[in-house]
Amino acid sequence: MTTLTTPVGAASPRRRAQRRRRTIAVAFVLPALLLLGALVVYPVLFSVGRSFFDASGSRFVGGENYAEMFRDPATLTAIRNSAIWVVVAPTLLTGLGLILAVLVEKVRWATAFKLLLFMPMAVSFLAAGIIFRLAYEEDPDKGVLNAAVVGVHDAFTGTSSYPAARPRDDQGLRKTPDGSYGTAAAVSPGRTVDLGLVGVSPKDMPAEAKPASTAKAGADEVRGAVYLDFTPGGGGRPGAIDPAERGLPGLTVEAVRDGRTVATSTTAADGSYRFAGLTDGSYTVRLPAANFAPPYEGVSWLGPALVTPAIIGAYLWIWTGFAMVLIGAGLSSLPRDALEAARMDGASEWQVFRRITVPLLAPVLTVVFVTLVINVMKVFDLIYIIAPGPVQEDATVLATQMWLVSFGGGNDQGLGSALGVLLLLLVIPAMVFNVRRFRRSQS
Amino acid sequence: MSATATPAPSKSPAPTSGPNTPAPPPPCRAPGGRLRRWLGNGLVQAFLAVVGLVWITPVAGLLLSSLRSADDSASSGWWTALNAPGQLSLDNYTALLANAGITRAFWNTVLISVPTTVLVVGIAALAGYAFAWLEFPGRDWIFLAVVALLVVPVQVGLLPVAKLFGQLGLFGTIPGVVLFHVAYGLPFAVFLLRNYFADIPREMLEAARMDGGGEWRIFTRLVLPVGRPAIASLAIFQFLWVWNDMLVALLFADSSSQPLTVELQSQVRQFGSNIDVLAPGAFLSLIVPVVVFFAFQRHFVQGVMAGSVK
Repeated sequence: MTTLTTPVGAASPRRRAQRRRRTIAVAFVLPALLLLGALVVYPVLFSVGRSFFDASGSRFVGGENYAEMFRDPATLTAIRNSAIWVVVAPTLLTGLGLILAVLVEKVRWATAFKLLLFMPMAVSFLAAGIIFRLAYEEDPDKGVLNAAVVGVHDAFTGTSSYPAARPRDDQGLRKTPDGSYGTAAAVSPGRTVDLGLVGVSPKDMPAEAKPASTAKAGADEVRGAVYLDFTPGGGGRPGAIDPAERGLPGLTVEAVRDGRTVATSTTAADGSYRFAGLTDGSYTVRLPAANFAPPYEGVSWLGPALVTPAIIGAYLWIWTGFAMVLIGAGLSSLPRDALEAARMDGASEWQVFRRITVPLLAPVLTVVFVTLVINVMKVFDLIYIIAPGPVQEDATVLATQMWLVSFGGGNDQGLGSALGVLLLLLVIPAMVFNVRRFRRSQS
Repeated sequence: MSATATPAPSKSPAPTSGPNTPAPPPPCRAPGGRLRRWLGNGLVQAFLAVVGLVWITPVAGLLLSSLRSADDSASSGWWTALNAPGQLSLDNYTALLANAGITRAFWNTVLISVPTTVLVVGIAALAGYAFAWLEFPGRDWIFLAVVALLVVPVQVGLLPVAKLFGQLGLFGTIPGVVLFHVAYGLPFAVFLLRNYFADIPREMLEAARMDGGGEWRIFTRLVLPVGRPAIASLAIFQFLWVWNDMLVALLFADSSSQPLTVELQSQVRQFGSNIDVLAPGAFLSLIVPVVVFFAFQRHFVQGVMAGSVK
């Protein structure tokens, strides 16, 4: 290719041409610079200035707003929560992204998996917020997360199936202060004691429940049945087992002597229980309170204690795909030979990962981390949407607090500006990192 | 255009001998190695499948919730619909489309995001070309300043620009929202396009200048076509950014110019009693970006990757 030779000719036309080129160049950049100047640069300067004035903007207060930031409990909560966010979210995301990026290379459906995990990046924080408000719903009948938690919990600890069950009045069972029911009269071995309860609705009856039955007790035994003392359709006698009445399976029954539990039994499908090998004496047959405990209701995800971790969880759902794809791109540019050589030398997958992959990926991991820090610092919508009204003050971060103070009722634009400036100051290190990286990539 | 930035599915290396044979692993020496590897791979597959399930469940929940009646949503979880498909109907969507507030908010979203995208791309392309190829004093320093503006949080601009727009009569209007978005989209857009345009071979531009093309002509006939991949990524990223925005519109739009996100946000306060409106509304606001995502995967992934520095 030939290069331009300097055109021969007088200096003045050349200078005029150069001036014309400059004018054109300025015309090209002017729209961008005007908008940036008026709507980005000027606001930054204005906010810095405004942060030194009081709420109404009429009185200069110096650094008072900045001092107030660290006195006011609400802004202190915001600063504390922002710190949690900035440490926890990028760390988890980078770690999760790294693990998934390494693992996904080992399966054939890697592309489909990456697409699925990346998809939430397309979704607005508002939609994601509504999605997770639904998922975090506290009632285990409505929120899928608590439904899962309750399911797992009940699978391990069992359920008390009869939260509302109780004996009829005056049928020989007495409620004790701790919520259990015991026989009012003393029971001695050889007796049969049937315990009738009511307050179990037909749809709550376990499917395996059979008609209640009891057998004669031996000399050293106490036997009996716990049954639902209610005949569907009516006609039963209170306090006695009628033909249509079913046993209550799965209840714990205890034999108590002198205040100590000496035998424990669990009712069978027909409601029967049996204590064997009792020595002579007087006992109380007791149904402990655990039988009637209210059901486990799951975790209060959006309560004051867990709201921030819960929202970080939603944030992970959105950003994990991003971290994974970015780290995956770095992974595919690693020298394959180094990895293969290490494997041939007998290194385990874990050693390869720990000693070769991670160190070589360090620059990529740093970029992912810094990028996430910038984005986490600005998280607003997700908290605004997911945290229920009364819990909002427990979940607040700098970005939401800045909004609340300036526009959402606080109406203190001095403090609001100071919070905005703090936010800006906190992202400046990340900005320096970005600009440096950019300049290095240019040279 | 269906290829993604991610590596192609692992069909390509080494032809496999049968449909179920895994890709041949590198030669292993220990006899137990193959079994261990196979078992390990099974575990990896299972783990990733569980992760995938966790990722898809919340969206499935939103979709199913959006198809259930208010009564069903009030009494039971969306997963009960898996056993009772009779619960599902399009009634909520019919009601949503008949809801004047929602439809207007939907059009406002379009009226905000499309002009913003066009303006950002246009203005940034002009500036990016100038920063890359035209000479003017202080060019590189000004460009560096623009790059530095990348991380100015939107929050810093809210209050001062609100005052400014108040004086100009732009507060609470669609043009106001658009202008704000354009300004805060520009640093990244200029940054991206300047870098892309800078890679255009110098000879190509010199040749065009030799042919007597003016800068405008070179810009429209040469730079824009050559820069199409970057412009596409930028346009998609910018469109989604604005489509999904809530914060800016929350402040700068009034009730007649507010987009879907703000309209729905105002309903979140009664969360629980209005899932029949919120769930389909959220799905409506989500489906456009997701369609864009699947239609333009490659540009989308590249755009988001590049744009993440914001």
